[in-house]
Amino acid sequence: MLSLDWRGTLTGIKAAWRREISAYFATPLAYVFIAIFLLVLGIFTWDLSRFFDTGAADLGPFFYWHPWLFMMFMPALAMRLWAEEASHGTSELLLSLPVNLTGLVIGKLLAAWTVAAMALVLTFPWWVTVNILGPADNAAIALTYFMSLIMAGAYLAIGAAVSALTRSAVLAFVSGVLVAFVLTAAGWPLVSGAVAEMFGASAGDAIAQFSFLTHFETAQRGVLELRGLVFFFGFIVLCVALNTLFVGHRRGGAQ
Amino acid sequence: MLDLQNLRKAFDDHIAVTDLSFNLQQGEVLGFLGQNGAGKSTTMRMVSGVLEPDSGDAVINGCSIVSARREAQSQIGYLPEGAPLYRDMTPVTFLRFMADAHGLSRSDRKNAVERVIADARIATVAGKQIAALSKGYRRRVGLAAALIHDPPVLLLDEPTDGLDPIQKRAVRALVARMAPDKAIVISTHTLDEVPAMCSRVIVIDQGRVVADDTPEALSKSKPGGLEEAFISLAESQEAETC
Repeated sequence: MLSLDWRGTLTGIKAAWRREISAYFATPLAYVFIAIFLLVLGIFTWDLSRFFDTGAADLGPFFYWHPWLFMMFMPALAMRLWAEEASHGTSELLLSLPVNLTGLVIGKLLAAWTVAAMALVLTFPWWVTVNILGPADNAAIALTYFMSLIMAGAYLAIGAAVSALTRSAVLAFVSGVLVAFVLTAAGWPLVSGAVAEMFGASAGDAIAQFSFLTHFETAQRGVLELRGLVFFFGFIVLCVALNTLFVGHRRGGAQ
Repeated sequence: MLDLQNLRKAFDDHIAVTDLSFNLQQGEVLGFLGQNGAGKSTTMRMVSGVLEPDSGDAVINGCSIVSARREAQSQIGYLPEGAPLYRDMTPVTFLRFMADAHGLSRSDRKNAVERVIADARIATVAGKQIAALSKGYRRRVGLAAALIHDPPVLLLDEPTDGLDPIQKRAVRALVARMAPDKAIVISTHTLDEVPAMCSRVIVIDQGRVVADDTPEALSKSKPGGLEEAFISLAESQEAETC
């Protein structure tokens, strides 16, 4: 489904990105999303992780919550991308356009990713704060921010692909969170430990390797692993391919 | 300019369109008639590339919708049934989006948007949110979107549905003005519109062509005119099926 029709793909990306960015900011959706995300991340970092009690110039307690919050917030951002096209009848309009379907899928994903990136950029006061508290490892923080953004894209790709399977944005959200939860919790020591106990250590390790948590933890230690990048980008490509397949299926008459 | 070749589409065990063939030349305006469920919208969707035909093909200005879909779609302006639009956009931003999707350059886009806003007579509402527009205005925004890339083939599904008499007259005039340069297919239930807009009529029933003639000839075939001819064709097909 990922064709090499570059012109049609780029036209689709550009058109879909502009359309979705306009949709996010024409309504309170993006503003509400960003505000709630910042508020919840702030409460979790400040209160649950006791950020200032650690006494360290370290954003570890802040990044710790990213996978868990993305698991909820990214499907919320992506839930309407394709479900609303089906419920409002505009998918007929999209499918009649002379653009590559993969381009539309990527354009919509990039628009949601742009909003997620804006939310991450607006967390910069936390970065400033740790630098005030003491000498911070800014290279490691920058790397973790980068991986957090890539991980957000992977969560969004799940939400967008699931959204193409239904006409209901709410159903898309719930399903997206469920899939995201499985892919997050698989790397949680409680889950991977239980799997290891039941099926052996190699099974526990194997299941943890499919978790976003595992690959993000490596970045949190300030290590940029090619394996982690390949995992997240590979996951995004897989979800884009599935998303294209699901939307293309509507051409066969599926609603 | 538009050549439908043995199009067929079935949904599960229901055959929506079967063995449907006709061609349309530049300058022809075709009234595409049929009862609800006759297969009109399915045909329009297949020709516009929204649905894949199970078999057969539609060749638009030399481009096959099956083997060269993107090229074929760039030759078509399509107004879907119900004129679905992005309600959070304004007509101007929506038309810009459509122009982008058709690959128009920035300068061409500006000219195209101005042209279709004038053609569809939506200048007074161009900056309002589509959700706030009346059904008639929404239909005209959809029509403007179908014209944005000045395509040689137009597929209009119920273009005058929801329009008041003055707006209907404006759409008829627009169709008449565009007709010499284009091939136009108009799917409609409003039989009164057909003699006013169309140079040819095709009636389909149960996915097959049952009549292909001029509106005048079809009207003269029954004493009650076009409406009775249409009802008679539909009933005769139902009787054959029984």
